[in-house]
Amino acid sequence: MNYDLAKKIILPMFVFGALILVWSWTASKVESFPTPADTYIAAFGGTTSAGDEMKGVLSDPFYVENEDDKGIFWQIVASLERVFMGFGLAILVGVPLGLIIGMSKEAQYAFDPFIQVFKPVSPLAWLPLLLFIFQDINMTAVSTIFVTSIWPIIINTTLGVKNVSPDYMNVAKVLRFTPIEKVIKIILPVAVPFIFTGMRLSLGIAWLVIVAAEMLTGGIGIGFWIWDEYNNLNYYNIIIGIIMVGFIGFLLDLIMGKIADFFDYRKRGRA
Amino acid sequence: MAEQRFLQLENIEKRFPIPGKEDYIAVTDVDLEIKQNEIISIIGHSGCGKSTLLNMISGLDAQTEGYIFLLGKEVKGPGPDRAVVFQNHSLLPWLSVYQNIEMAVKKVMPELSKKELKERVEKFITMVNLDHAKDKLPDEISGGMKQRVGIARALAIKPKVLLMDEPFGALDSLTRANLQEHLMRIQQNVQNTVIIITHDVDEAVLLSDRVIMMTNGPEATIGEILEVNLPRPRNRVELQHDPEYIRCREAILSFLYEKFAKEDE
Repeated sequence: MNYDLAKKIILPMFVFGALILVWSWTASKVESFPTPADTYIAAFGGTTSAGDEMKGVLSDPFYVENEDDKGIFWQIVASLERVFMGFGLAILVGVPLGLIIGMSKEAQYAFDPFIQVFKPVSPLAWLPLLLFIFQDINMTAVSTIFVTSIWPIIINTTLGVKNVSPDYMNVAKVLRFTPIEKVIKIILPVAVPFIFTGMRLSLGIAWLVIVAAEMLTGGIGIGFWIWDEYNNLNYYNIIIGIIMVGFIGFLLDLIMGKIADFFDYRKRGRA
Repeated sequence: MAEQRFLQLENIEKRFPIPGKEDYIAVTDVDLEIKQNEIISIIGHSGCGKSTLLNMISGLDAQTEGYIFLLGKEVKGPGPDRAVVFQNHSLLPWLSVYQNIEMAVKKVMPELSKKELKERVEKFITMVNLDHAKDKLPDEISGGMKQRVGIARALAIKPKVLLMDEPFGALDSLTRANLQEHLMRIQQNVQNTVIIITHDVDEAVLLSDRVIMMTNGPEATIGEILEVNLPRPRNRVELQHDPEYIRCREAILSFLYEKFAKEDE
């Protein structure tokens, strides 16, 4: 048990060491590529190998210089706000739509071709069109995330409804459940774990897409910040940005996973 | 004055359409009258349409021809007056034993007060000896126990007819015997009209007042009807040497394996 835990801590250390080696090697080959040490200083403050005094991106994440110059915390918050707005809207539209498509063959026939065609389209392809419609950076980013998130939610909700055993529906028929009772008492308990799987997928993709979307829309947000730091030749901040995006994505997935487990009757009260 | 008939099947036929071919006639020409508080078994080889017949009585499936009357009223669609015990128990896995029964009672008897509801649910849990498991989820109890919950749930909604579709088919023989005892004991206390679909000869004789024997499909119909004149309560061990029991058993065996033997497919 403890031995296993030790392995879980020590083994990633080796990989971490290897990564640092590859990174250092890259830095020695590519001109002005930041070394791990310099990147650490750029993140937490100090004096770099070139003798520059740095404040550290992560030591002062909350600063607000002006509307266009804010700390990394505010960049991340701006991105998260857009993601959750778009994601929330996608849930509001996608779950009921998925329920209807799952319950009615007619609805399935009607919507399925469009889902199949639009699902493989990169959400970024929508971005210019949405920008043209809304003429607003925030609305464009939110609606791009909406387009990103909605497909896995619809598809998994439908899948959840299809997973309702006909036997349960027979029980509902014998008891003469109304359509609403069928949805609440039979279909949702079965479908909810699937819906949460869809939401978890959606949120993961949304977090991937927001970085790219913000690079295109500009303004504020972690995606734009990374792109901006590239233009400012602050290459170390790109690396810091990547690591931050990774950690936040990991946290989002962890939290969604916990919420999904909570609503899954198969896992509840069994852990 | 003619007594009102309890459950009546008139000239039932069930056809399934096959694209590009003639309809498949599963069951045809079934006429049957079932008396109140009678226990009947429907027995036959697989594919004889016995489950189809039960589904038509429950209303989960509609007959193509003919009529089904319950107390003079035509049966159309499923309803709680014809409770079904499904072969695979069909308990909702996210609800506890108690909640599964409560959900059914609540829906069928909305007029019950909270206290009456609780009492009714608990009464039926006790009836199937599951007091110790009432807060367990279906996945946490054995197959036999699940089936007992299914029976309790069906009986708790006070059906006019209890329909059982191979209720013990998926269980091992010891558990099956145990459940048959349960069913007979319950029947002694609460009189019910019960229709059991089975392919087990001993089960049919042990439980029933009459055994309906179905011919093989397609176009299956009632071949013979056997009256089981055995007093209740019945004891499975003593019955083994009872001439009436032996007669009934032989009658069914000869029907199934001599007159309507079925080759393995």
